Amino acid sequence: METLEPILADHPFFKDLEKKYLTLVTGCASNVRFDSGKFIFREGEEAHQFYLIREGKVSVEIFTPNRGHITLETLDEGNILGWSWLIPPYQWHFDARVVEPTRAIALDGKCLRKKCEDDHDFGYEFLKRFSHIMEQRLSSARIQLLDLYDVRA
Amino acid sequence: MTFEHDVAMEPLEIDESPMIPRPFAIQRVHRETADTFTVELKPASGKSPFVFSPGQFNMVYVYGVGEVPISISGDAANTATIVHTTRAVGMVTRAMKRLAKGDLVGIRGPFGTSWPIEQAKGKDVVVVAGGIGLPPLRPSLYSILRSRQEFRKVFLLYGARTPSDILFPEQIEAWRANHGIVSLITVDRSMKGWKGNVGVVTTLIPKIDFDPNNAVAMIVGPEVMMRFTAMDLLKRGIDPGNIYVSMERNMKCGIGLCGHCQYGPHFICKDGPVFPYGRIKDLLLKREI
Repeated sequence: METLEPILADHPFFKDLEKKYLTLVTGCASNVRFDSGKFIFREGEEAHQFYLIREGKVSVEIFTPNRGHITLETLDEGNILGWSWLIPPYQWHFDARVVEPTRAIALDGKCLRKKCEDDHDFGYEFLKRFSHIMEQRLSSARIQLLDLYDVRA
Repeated sequence: MTFEHDVAMEPLEIDESPMIPRPFAIQRVHRETADTFTVELKPASGKSPFVFSPGQFNMVYVYGVGEVPISISGDAANTATIVHTTRAVGMVTRAMKRLAKGDLVGIRGPFGTSWPIEQAKGKDVVVVAGGIGLPPLRPSLYSILRSRQEFRKVFLLYGARTPSDILFPEQIEAWRANHGIVSLITVDRSMKGWKGNVGVVTTLIPKIDFDPNNAVAMIVGPEVMMRFTAMDLLKRGIDPGNIYVSMERNMKCGIGLCGHCQYGPHFICKDGPVFPYGRIKDLLLKREI
């Protein structure tokens, strides 16, 4: 049976990951599909997955009583969605809503956390890769906060 | 590091009387967004062509108010009309926005260096604009489109503040549909009904497929945006000598005499505004200048 391993191997996030680790990850992966308008997750829910988006567009949002849903960023093909599964208390901090029909690979966070605990080399490798994503997102968020295109900036 | 395109950065020949404004008449003032507008100008007397290169700027004098540097946003092939797109942010540009057809302004220029259009032929071209940075890049896109087949892939990555701040949306769509320009737009802040990208312009860079060993990048926007964009392009493998940025300082004379726009060893008005990133990257991190 064809597995998701070749697809994962092609993704930049898993570039040059050792074969044995890639096999471990594949054991926690499954194909998922979401329709437009659907929430993949909502703030406060338990976070036990992350997603490699293969096609479509997802907006990461926060809800405010006065302004409704505010989109913080959009993610699409090739992007990783979600890291709250990695950090206790494993709860989503934001909403993820599907803007365009989305195909993704879901990675089971509980399964991966266990494998990271069982093999710290694998865990370290995984954390390094996620740290890179977090650094990029933090950097982008900081630049966004600067409101550079405002007249006063 | 190579600077194979340095020849394009030589200051261009300037007018014989660069300090004397020539009167131009407003043909049209067009509102682009809530605070941004485009003016079209023609010489008030005579029909002498106005020749410029993409990337250059004029000193625009609103009589009785003051003079400001504004990049040219029109097509260099149209020597009969000067087009400027700017934001009404100061005394002069606010006065300029109030002008109407037939009103006169003084023009000195064109001044400064230009985009490396010739050197980009046969290469992928990555144009990255942030905010009001798109108008200074539009002339380069016009030139590229005129001989589109001489360039490989052409990308326009454009970051705006909000969806309502996006400049030239119909034109961008036409470039995409008719000329195969891969245009990606993102906004820093979304608005109701916006289905496009949200995030800083650098998030668009991983989405495009270009050959970093055979590509030229042109960037205009706030300095922070240009620094981060250049950094991400370098990570993709483009040589710093093939990344160009357009700098902005307090240009006054336009010909490198007064020193107001001095930037380290350079005068932005004469040695710039377009620089190879490799030439000024160290200066970009010097806070004293």
